[in-house]
Parts: sequence; C-alpha cells; structure tokens
Amino acid sequence: MKNDFPYISLKNVDKADLTKIENYLHFGGFSAIKQSLGLSADEIIDRIKKAGLRGRGGAGFPTGLKQSFTKTSCEVCLQKYVVCNADEGEPGTFKDRYIMEKNPFAIIEGMIIAAYAIGANKGYIYIRGEYEQAIRTMQAAIDDCYRYDWLGKNIAQSNFSFDIDIYIGAGSYLCGEELTLIESLEGKRGYPRIKPPFPAEKGLWQQPTLINNVETFSHIPFIINEGYEAYACIGTAESKGTKLFCVSGNLKQTGVFELPMGITLRELIYDVCGGMLEGFEFKAALLGGAAGTFVDASFLDVPLAYETLKQKGATLGSGAVMIIDQATNLKDLLINILEFFKHESCGKCVPCRIGTTLIYERCKKAQLLPDDINWLIQQTEYMSRNSLCPLGQSPILPVKSFFTYFNV
Amino acid sequence: MQNKQTEEQVLEILKQFKPEKSEILKALHALQNAHPLHYITEEAITQTARYFKLTTGQVYGVVTYYSMFSVKPRSPFIIRLCKSPVCYMKGSLNLWNYLSQKLLLNENNISSDDLFTLEPSECLGHCEQAPAMMINEQVFTNLSPKKIDQIIDDFKRKYHEK
Ligand SMILES: Cc1cc2nc3c(=O)[nH]c(=O)nc-3n(C[C@H](O)[C@H](O)[C@H](O)COP(=O)(O)O)c2cc1C
Ligand code: FES
Repeated sequence: MKNDFPYISLKNVDKADLTKIENYLHFGGFSAIKQSLGLSADEIIDRIKKAGLRGRGGAGFPTGLKQSFTKTSCEVCLQKYVVCNADEGEPGTFKDRYIMEKNPFAIIEGMIIAAYAIGANKGYIYIRGEYEQAIRTMQAAIDDCYRYDWLGKNIAQSNFSFDIDIYIGAGSYLCGEELTLIESLEGKRGYPRIKPPFPAEKGLWQQPTLINNVETFSHIPFIINEGYEAYACIGTAESKGTKLFCVSGNLKQTGVFELPMGITLRELIYDVCGGMLEGFEFKAALLGGAAGTFVDASFLDVPLAYETLKQKGATLGSGAVMIIDQATNLKDLLINILEFFKHESCGKCVPCRIGTTLIYERCKKAQLLPDDINWLIQQTEYMSRNSLCPLGQSPILPVKSFFTYFNV
Repeated sequence: MQNKQTEEQVLEILKQFKPEKSEILKALHALQNAHPLHYITEEAITQTARYFKLTTGQVYGVVTYYSMFSVKPRSPFIIRLCKSPVCYMKGSLNLWNYLSQKLLLNENNISSDDLFTLEPSECLGHCEQAPAMMINEQVFTNLSPKKIDQIIDDFKRKYHEK
C-alpha cells in the first residue's frame, strides 16, 4: 500500500482543532484564496482541469469542466450560484459529515474559489436535517469567516464579494440529487426536474448554478496551494487525488479513511482496518451505497477507482464500502435495499413509483426461481430506461450485480 | 406543560426568518422544534403560508413531503431508529421490537407515557458505529438493548426533574 501521499480533505485535522479559525489560519488556511484572487478565472479552472479532479458526490464528473460550463453558460445573467451538496443520504456514506465536523473552513475556502472562478456572488450549503452537529459547526465557521472578512463584501480587499447561507434539509434521500436539491432550496416539495437543462444552465431560480459535493470543494484549496501536478500524481490513470472511504461492517476498525484512489479492497480491509472481527468472515461488499453495486471476493484486488471498477461493472459511487460477512442473510439485505428505494421514490413518475414497489414485493417471495430473477432484472432495466430521474434508474445497480455474484 | 402553540408564538418564530422562499424549511423546522409535541399544526401551516405569500396547500404539500416533519401530534421526544443496510445487518430490527415492547407503543407509535414517538429512519450517517438512532437532535450509536434501557431511563428522569 502506498503510504506516501498527502492528506487533502483531512489535512492537519489530526494536528489541531481546525474548527477554530485561528488554527486553520495557523496552518496556512485561506492562502489559496489569496492566490486565486491574483489569477484569472480561466487560469483557476484550467488548474482544476489539469489536476483531474472528479466530483466526489457519486458520478465522478470532471469538476473543471462543470466549472467552465457554469462560467460560460450565459453572457449576462442576473446572478450565478454555488451550491455545496451536503445532503449525504446515500446509505453507508458518512464522509461529508466528517469533513464538515473536522475541516469546515476547507469546504468554505473551496466554495469561495469556485465562486470567484465562475463569477457567482451567492452560495448555499444544503445540509441534511439530521446532521445537527455538522450544521452547528458549519454555521459557526461561516460566522467566523464573516468576522475575518473571508466572506461578505470585498474579500481580502479585492473586488470580489461572496455570501454563504446554510439550508437545512428535512429527511429526503432524493433531495441529494442535484436538480431536486435545487427545487427543495426554492422552498418546494423535493420533486425532480427534467434534465436537460442542467444546473450549469438553469439551476437555482433558473440561473446558472455550480453544484458540487462537500468532498469535491475540500480538494480545491490543495490544488491551488500545492499545484495541479502534486494533485495529479496521486491516484490512478483516470481517478486522481485521494478519496474518503466510509468503511462499515464487522471489522476491527471502521470509519472514514482518506486514501489514494486505487487502493484495493484487500488493503482497505486487512491493512487499514486490521481485518474482520473475530468470528466474522468476508463474504461480499456493497460499494457506493444502496445505489451501488455488490461485489464478491473476486474484487479484493481490484483498485478502487472510477475506471477500474467500471471495467468490471461495479461503481465507486460516494465511497461507501459496506462489508458484508458470512452471518448476513444476503437476500434479506437485498430486500432491505429495495425497501429503501420504495420508501424514497417520490411518486412523481409511474415507472419508479410502481416499479420500486413491484420489485420489492417480488423479491420477498420465499424462493426466487430463475424466472423471478429474470423478471427482477427486466423490471429494473425498464425502470432505468423510463424513469424521470436517477432514483428510478438506480435499482438496476444493486439488483443486477447481486444476481451476477450470488445465488439465493 | 402547555401542549399548544399560540398564534403569537408562531408569529414570533416566523419573524426570525426573511420572508424568502429559501427560508421555508428552516422556519418549519423551528416551528416543529418549538412545539412541545413536535409537530406542525394546521394553524401554523396557515400562518406560514401567509408569511411567505403562498397558499396553504403549497405549504401543506411541503410539510407532508419531508419525512422529518409531522402534521400529527407526536410527543416531547422523537426516536428515529435507523433501519438502513448497515444498521439492519447489525440487528436494528431486534432493537425496533425491543423498543416497541419497552415503550408499549399505541397505534401511532407513541409510548404509553406519551413521552416518546418511535419512527423508522433511513441511514443516519453513523454507520461506522451501527446500529444508530437519534432522539430529537442527539445521536446514539453502538446500540444494544442494555444501552437503550439507560438512554430511555435518562430521558425520562430528566423530563420529570424539569
Ligand atoms: C438519488 C440521488 C441522491 C444523491 N445524493 C447525493 C448526496 O447526498 N450528496 C451528493 O453530493 N451528491 C448526491 N447525488 C449526486 C448529485 O446529483 C450530483 O451529481 C453531485 O452533487 C454533483 O457534485 P460532484 O460533481 O461534486 O460529485 C445524488 C444523486 C442521486 C441520483
Ligand atoms: S445504515 Fe444506519 S446509520 Fe447508516
């Protein structure tokens, strides 16, 4: 395992309490903003592109590209927005909470630089309502930034002004989906919008909106401070930088671990987490959350990165790594996941509303025959083609991968 | 304890928020948290609609969409027990049954002493210490029946001391 990599999202969190602005400043905090304000917008975006940063919210979309779309999507517009997606509803994922509680200023610094690059003056951090502690920490950090003139009018004596508000969710997985999140931000029910237009063209209040995950923003200060080369030499060919892995299950150690992209499942389980707990054996893993893929022991040596997993039909998603042991009834687990989709389907489109219920009911049959399995896969394929938003397009991931590797 | 929210109290809470649409969820959270029975009353919905210049139907639609809001009276303490995959694998179903019996829930999942409401929740983002639950804004992890006994007793004691 490679040990010589720098921490990015969790830089210095082991050295001091970085929720205190003095400590963040002591470790060179906000120096990336000062540098950025001396650069042109295109120079910043160019560096993010060259670093190879990809969105950490699940889809892995190139961040620099998204920034340039949002920057150039209109000649004259009333307003542009930067939104930080801290809804973190994907089961098995808890890294964004960790960054918010440990390194709040890095997220804000990343947002400010992104806002400067695309020409936005207003930002929101959309935090799920259950994250009380993270909400308090982020609010205190924002208040401190205003006191120290890192937010508000004329940041660091420049011409650039930027405000951030926190928005609090209220218990809806779907609201983590970017366009649904925007609907929710507008004070409405969390119903998805039809894509396109993408948020980069018509987002919040129909204005160009850059929306990124918490972890994505937290990488921007490092890229500006240390240079894109320093970032791009971490990770694999197509997945650069570090990633926060959320490891759960019956292991000696569980939690959030920042590691280079491309670490293997075996290294993660046995070197980082110290192996399985006494009496438990590795049987499978669910990668990327409920909207993720099941893998079996044949994946232990596959690098955990976007392209390497994709080649084998799996996904990295949000970075959730749920370890499943021999004591777990796999079919019950699949039912549990299908129940999740059934519960979180918003009901706006028919294929998802009815589909999520049908597959859940069928999966509950005492014995799944080959016909049932074929039917389940067909249904999820149908849903993935015809559902309005990515929620209905997701059950195919766990269902198909499940029956590829396991007989029940 | 007074189990009502007056018109003045509701207005007092609403006034803390700018009358902009992006403030609605915050206002609804505040209204619900301030109500001794942790729910959003019909009167509060009507007042919220007036305050944000929306129809009552629109606000009602928002309140009923989000799982953290309730339009039915609940209780001083809301228990949200996670039943998502990791907690499920670690036995949250047993804990659900344990809590149901311990609290002698009625058909609305409210305890016989009217102090607790038990609700299932999706992943709470504490899977590294599953199983997890929240009681109001507090998080409890690594749960076992024994730990739950302690937690519930603590809440009861503190409530009656007040
Ligand atoms: C059902 C659903 C739920 C999602 N939940 C989240 C979430 O909780 N947090 C997040 O960052 N992205 C989530 N996403 C992905 C977002 O739509 C979006 O791709 C992401 O915020 C973009 O940021 P990034 O480019 O930095 O990854 C979700 C997507 C779907 C379809
Ligand atoms: S699965 Fe229960 S906290 Fe995540």
